[in-house]
Amino acid sequence: MKLNQLTFVQALEGIKAKKFSGREVFADCLQAIKEKNPTLNAYLDVATPDDFPQKPGKYAGLPLAVKDNFCTLDYYTRASSRVLDGFRAPYQATVVQKLADSGFSFLGKTNMDAWAHGSSTETSDYGPSKNPRNLKHAPGGSSGGSAAAVAADMCLAALGTETAGSVRQPAAWCGCVGFRPSYGRASRYGVISMASSTDSPGFLTKTVADAAALTPLICGPDPHDATSSWEPFPDLTRSLRTDLKGKKIGFLYLDIPGLEPMRAHYEQAWKDLEKLGAKVETAKARDPQEAIGVYTVVQRSEVSSNLGRFDGVRYGHGRDTFGAEARRRIILGTFLLSQGYADKYYLQAQKVRTLFMQDFASLFSQYDVLVSPTSPSFAKTLGSSENSALFGELEDIFVEPSAICGLPSGSVPCYHDPKTNLYLGLNVMAPYHHEQAVIEVMSAFEHATAWNSWINQDNL
Amino acid sequence: MSYHLVCGLEIHTELKTNSKMFCGCKNDPFGAPKPNIYTCPVCLGLPGALPVANKKAIEWTIKLGLFLGCKINLDSKFDRKNYFYPDLPKSYQISQFDLPFCYAGHVDTDWGVVRINRIHLEEDTAKLLHQEIDGQKVTLIDFNRSSVPLIEIVTEPDIINSQQAKQYAKKIQEAVRLLGIGDADMQKGGMRLEANISLRDDQQVKNNQLPDYKVEVKNINSFNFMGQAIDYEIKRQTRLLEAGEKIKQETRGWDSVNNKTFLQRSKENAADYRYFPDPDLPVVHFEPEQIEAIRQTLPLTHDAHLSAWEKDYGIEPKYGQKFMEKADQVAWADELWQQAKKDQLDPNKLANFLANGKIDYHSGETVAVIIERFRELTKVASSSNDELTRVIDQVLRQNSAEVTRFQAGEKKLLGFFMGQIMKAAGKKLDAAKVNQLLRQQLQA
Repeated sequence: MKLNQLTFVQALEGIKAKKFSGREVFADCLQAIKEKNPTLNAYLDVATPDDFPQKPGKYAGLPLAVKDNFCTLDYYTRASSRVLDGFRAPYQATVVQKLADSGFSFLGKTNMDAWAHGSSTETSDYGPSKNPRNLKHAPGGSSGGSAAAVAADMCLAALGTETAGSVRQPAAWCGCVGFRPSYGRASRYGVISMASSTDSPGFLTKTVADAAALTPLICGPDPHDATSSWEPFPDLTRSLRTDLKGKKIGFLYLDIPGLEPMRAHYEQAWKDLEKLGAKVETAKARDPQEAIGVYTVVQRSEVSSNLGRFDGVRYGHGRDTFGAEARRRIILGTFLLSQGYADKYYLQAQKVRTLFMQDFASLFSQYDVLVSPTSPSFAKTLGSSENSALFGELEDIFVEPSAICGLPSGSVPCYHDPKTNLYLGLNVMAPYHHEQAVIEVMSAFEHATAWNSWINQDNL
Repeated sequence: MSYHLVCGLEIHTELKTNSKMFCGCKNDPFGAPKPNIYTCPVCLGLPGALPVANKKAIEWTIKLGLFLGCKINLDSKFDRKNYFYPDLPKSYQISQFDLPFCYAGHVDTDWGVVRINRIHLEEDTAKLLHQEIDGQKVTLIDFNRSSVPLIEIVTEPDIINSQQAKQYAKKIQEAVRLLGIGDADMQKGGMRLEANISLRDDQQVKNNQLPDYKVEVKNINSFNFMGQAIDYEIKRQTRLLEAGEKIKQETRGWDSVNNKTFLQRSKENAADYRYFPDPDLPVVHFEPEQIEAIRQTLPLTHDAHLSAWEKDYGIEPKYGQKFMEKADQVAWADELWQQAKKDQLDPNKLANFLANGKIDYHSGETVAVIIERFRELTKVASSSNDELTRVIDQVLRQNSAEVTRFQAGEKKLLGFFMGQIMKAAGKKLDAAKVNQLLRQQLQA
């Protein structure tokens, strides 16, 4: 077994026991990238052995991957768009800086849907990434490169961002763990804005314990982000490997048409949760179709404003470099905010968003956590998103309601299809700022089931 | 048919907070030794950069609002005003749309009240410099000004002549300076004027109807130019209306060389700014007590201050006026008058001397220094009677012919003797005393 195959927690234990060094883990990851990246296209830029930090700090230079929409000093930052081809940011995103200060090393920047517009990584101007579980399939997105890098052991863990499921959905499709804290927990400063009111950094990891160990390191108030939260962050380590006795769990969206082929697998997950001592019931939530409407209006509007700065005056590439998906979104968003329409669409969408928040508040008065499928399908084959302008929105139907409400949530593998080698994910959601409740359910579930291949692997 | 002016003003003025509106960069665009040195990812609009609002700038906006009699929105927010221009690196300006910090204020003028519709806070743009370099026409961008806090004060269309417009604008400038929140320097562009000008006929005045168009004259950088622009527009629009033409809604500029306004753009290609709440900035909430606390810090208005000075110290407003230009100056003058009164000196005379340049000073100097200088200037030489008598004798001896003429009845020569005595003494003497002694001598 190579060091790149370790989970983050295993690697950290190995470092503490002086079994190996961070530099060795870094080297094994680089080797894996060298072997697999030509096929997977998970990374756009890759470190050289010289990029290992001179003085690795507390975390001994353990290697992480970074999604391409985080500003980094040592790598290009372009959000997978040719508009920013060759752009080297003169500053570092707060969360990247926090990780650097903690003594992590970075393996490079991962591929994504251009500007994070999409759920398959196919809108990248640098070609799609492939799903390491099955090369005919997409890894999901927009953090598809990060999910593929984790699933293929090309890093210990990877930074991603989620606006409406872009961490959870690729985690589900690639068979790894995705966790995003509440909106405002992890600073957005230095993350290329997509939809500012929902953008949330998060982690793609091999296990829930990894997510619980890494997430607090990127959270906390940031004086550079006025929307960052100043509430104390919960201790997640105490939420690992507990039972779920006395927990009330609401199961959402199982009756949505189209889910029939997969329903049995989710019903199995239901039983597994009950076996852990939880009381599980069907919960009735607002129609997630409405969340797609809200999200589409809010996101397109904010995108049209956020991307305005790439007007061709700076950064060296003209507006004609924008890809088709970005153009569609800019045009729709510009229309939605036009005089006479903003009230009808943008403000109306914000009102419906408030209704979703009220709906969740009422659900959380009955349940400790809510669960649902992460995605309505297994990973789709490459090319499926073509000619489907709302591909992402439809793929993200189960994660959009919680995303527009900024709730802490995660996806954990809940089924593996031996024929296709593809996975399904269980989406776990908790009230705002209750990250520990999500981790509790994800961790208990992960240990009670056999779906996560890293859980039972030997340590070195 | 006669036409009557309907005019409202929009005044932009920069705040002199230490840092910029949405980042920590130094706010000193006019003092910067070089272009583009007070910049960071935020005011350069780099990808991923986020704004954080300057608390002081918000408090100062509210302070100005309270000073101008405005009501305050306890819940306010920032909005994005989207448009493309090279001096706007984010492609939107952070401004305020439907919930400005202040609304419904007023300023008194000699021609009646000018109501203030709103005062909002926004960020200034970068500065474009059009130059020729190596024979090529280029536009350079200086981001030192990018994201400097900028207040916009918008009136109702209450202004009825150009003098009133000027007086109103000057009062706004005075208020900004008095509060110490900005320099409001017109020449540097720290304060900029825009006038919305239209005319209505007698019938519309009678029916209290507003015209159905307005002509906006933008970026005027002096009070006089604004007055000229308004007067020019009155003539131009009168001519058009008399010719039966319908005036188009348009934006014009002021050509200070040819003293006329010129067309910049017409309504047809007016921008749609696609305002929406800036998702990067949370709603700004104030408790009523916080607003009251700001109100407690307000100085007296100019007019109130002048009457108080007149009442307490006998200072004539024409002198007092000169000490109203800046906040620290007013406080300094206050202290000065108080000290003068305590020392049994005449504050009005002191104000007169300072205002008319008889005493050189700058407002940084301590009150004690100024009082000393005033004493020096008005000091009565403590000459003894003997000394005076000696000088007078000497002068009378040297001018015996004049003495004879005086004694023959030419009384106006008294002034001549006084002058000669002062000159001979070589210092300032107590005139009353000299006069008394002189008369005694002459009669002797």
